[in-house]
Amino acid sequence: MNSSVLNEASIAVQIRRAAQSDLAAIMAFDERSNKDANPEYWQAMFRRYGDDQGKQLFLVCEHGPEIVGFIIGEVRDWEFGSSPCGWVFALGVRPDIRLGGVATRMYREMCDFFRRAGVNKVRAMVARQDNDFHSFFRSQGMMAGPYVQLEKDL
Amino acid sequence: MKLQQSTLLGLYATLELARADGGQRSAAEIAEKFNVSLNHLAKVLRTLVRAGLLQAVRGVGGGYRFLGNAKRTTLMDVIELFEPVSIEGFENHARAHPTDVESGLAIALVEISEMMQATLRSITIRTMLKMMNPDSTTA
Repeated sequence: MNSSVLNEASIAVQIRRAAQSDLAAIMAFDERSNKDANPEYWQAMFRRYGDDQGKQLFLVCEHGPEIVGFIIGEVRDWEFGSSPCGWVFALGVRPDIRLGGVATRMYREMCDFFRRAGVNKVRAMVARQDNDFHSFFRSQGMMAGPYVQLEKDL
Repeated sequence: MKLQQSTLLGLYATLELARADGGQRSAAEIAEKFNVSLNHLAKVLRTLVRAGLLQAVRGVGGGYRFLGNAKRTTLMDVIELFEPVSIEGFENHARAHPTDVESGLAIALVEISEMMQATLRSITIRTMLKMMNPDSTTA
């Protein structure tokens, strides 16, 4: 991650549910928007996770008038034989705000949501070489779980 | 994974000093705590100072203090100061002895090594301090 221009104590942020009008700002700093994710992708994400259905949550973080972060999570039931648990599967913070505690605050909000939804476990999956995300989730106390992700070229 | 004694001492000293939160410890204090030779520890501390992770404080009451960025320094950063952690050995071995047995084994060992490296690169000193003191409220 790039160096932070703000420290945690100085950041006044507000975390709220995402609105459709936030998508353009998210795409502007989300790294995946330059590769796999496009406007259609984000519209689909918003349709699926933006509504309050009790099991999905799409949050954004505002710093003043600007969107500086987002997090998306979902409670999934009995996947791979696991009892219901929360999954954080998308997280992003604007590069110049990183290391300022924004992701930590969004993550905690998401964990509170999972607890309210009745689950007591949170999971995430990160690319092996993605040190920043891996380090972030570790810093929140997450550790390798009992499942191993496997794959094969077809 | 079996770490060399110097590597372990490097990790012990780094964590012990990082938890001091800017305070300093003498080499003798650290050596006594971990029951290790002061001579051996002194060499390890010099390596950590050269790497910029520690600062040696001279004079009466001198010692060492942590100088690194605990949020950015990972276990791998410390380990690599003392020994290589690399998959090249497995890959080179497979290339040099390209039987199906050797290359098959190399694939498995490279996978294990990559997972180990990813784990070591993901755990920062700050995260370690939180693991050592889970009641800490530090973000």
